[in-house]
Amino acid sequence: MSTRPIAPSEITPRALFDERREFLRVAAGLSLGAVLPPAAAVEKLAPARKSPYSVGESPTPFKDISGYGNYYEFSSDKTGHIGPAQAMKTRPWAVVVEGLVAKPKTFAIEDILRLAPLEERIYRHRCVEGWSMVVPWVGYPLAALLRQVEPLGSAKYVEFVSHADPAVMPNIGRRLLDWPYLEGLRLDEAMHPLTLLVVGLYGEVLPNQNGAPLRLAIPWKYGFKGGKAIVRIRFVERQSETAWMKAAPNEYGFYANVNPTVDHPRWSQARERRIGEFRKRETLMFNGYADQVAHLYAGMDLRKFF
Amino acid sequence: MIPAAFQLSARQIAAVKTLLFLACLIPLARLGYGAWNDALGANPLEAVIRNLGDWALNFLLVTLTVTPLRKASGLAWLARLRRMLGLFCFFYACLHVSSYLWLDQFFDWTAIAKDILKRPFITAGFIAFCLLVPLAATSNNAMIRRLGGRRWQSLHRSVYAIAILGVLHYAWMVKLDVTLPLYYAAVAAGLLGLRVWWRVQEKRRQLAGAYLAKPKGRVSPIATRR
Repeated sequence: MSTRPIAPSEITPRALFDERREFLRVAAGLSLGAVLPPAAAVEKLAPARKSPYSVGESPTPFKDISGYGNYYEFSSDKTGHIGPAQAMKTRPWAVVVEGLVAKPKTFAIEDILRLAPLEERIYRHRCVEGWSMVVPWVGYPLAALLRQVEPLGSAKYVEFVSHADPAVMPNIGRRLLDWPYLEGLRLDEAMHPLTLLVVGLYGEVLPNQNGAPLRLAIPWKYGFKGGKAIVRIRFVERQSETAWMKAAPNEYGFYANVNPTVDHPRWSQARERRIGEFRKRETLMFNGYADQVAHLYAGMDLRKFF
Repeated sequence: MIPAAFQLSARQIAAVKTLLFLACLIPLARLGYGAWNDALGANPLEAVIRNLGDWALNFLLVTLTVTPLRKASGLAWLARLRRMLGLFCFFYACLHVSSYLWLDQFFDWTAIAKDILKRPFITAGFIAFCLLVPLAATSNNAMIRRLGGRRWQSLHRSVYAIAILGVLHYAWMVKLDVTLPLYYAAVAAGLLGLRVWWRVQEKRRQLAGAYLAKPKGRVSPIATRR
């Protein structure tokens, strides 16, 4: 578990705390009989147990993980998304799981949170742009959710569709990417125990700017493979053309495995800047997860399937 | 036409230049202040490299704005600020390149050479910087005299190529959203377009001068070529 020291500035003054309690109480009262629960009623996460899949490196500070990143629906600036993302409502939330499955189902976020025990997984996170972090995600293996719908034998790939709401996401009206954001995994990648369905960060509910209420973390792939604010999961027969593949097919492939020997056309991937460090680090094959995942790609030309 | 208050004496011009010099250091001071107070965000080294690049490009475009401003306003003393602005462009470009060599590549010359050869955006930036060097080196009065006005001027026309390369360097670096580089491109296109238009006008006047009666004192190359 994290032992982040709490700065005095982070402690809510008693008066303000009470005021918020009162607001919540009143809001809860008002919503009795209303269709939508109040947006503020995001419950705390159940305690997360430690995971053997965690790396031994020290996590990047919360302020950096929640204060730097890419969320193109809100902004193309690496800090510009944080403000607008706060306006997004993550309750109520439902995830449709459909496609080539025996039992398609729509899951309410409350059910997803209870589907499997939560784990804290401290993962390396490598962005295709050449920076990296160490992130203490909270969640459970995606496989636990996927098994619920009993995938058919014909299902070979899984697609992940992110939320796209022009009312709160300023870039949805612009044709930057082909919205909604679409990502995909091969079925064996999606079922891999490292592939994490993320609902929390640093033991708390996932901040909106990090992809609340649920996102994916696939630690051996570049960060963009992990779709944020997922609303739809679809089992399909063929490999999908993901949002970034559509935007720049020569720069972004379907696999997007972290690979120091295959450069992005516009920059080298041999090294990375770990947020908080001065010198760059050598990037590791499969982001350091080669022992667990290299067999998935045995015999494949990783220059071709980048 | 021009109010007397805007026509400056030599002393006033010197004061303006001093103020401008200090103002041109503000971006660097802000960056230094941000670095000192850890206010440059989660990726401060990248912020430093990018910010210095932004200001090299800003100063380049500001330098190219001096002559149009002078022509539009008739304030001849504006031309006296151009060299300083151009040198500040070079100053920020030097810091930008140094920060890339140090903070991005840590003087790994093999990786740097590969970058320059393989990445179009770095190739463009590298050529732009190389072209800036002779301009900075020939910016003093002694060099202008040594080269002679005409040769000096044709050398310094490479600033237009530098502007195009600088904007390309920025646009090709951006991953997806080229909105900002497009603004820069629009400004650069406007400034370069003006030069083309002046050139056309000048040619027309020269033709008119050759075939018709010479207009009074308007075709002096010193007056129009600036």
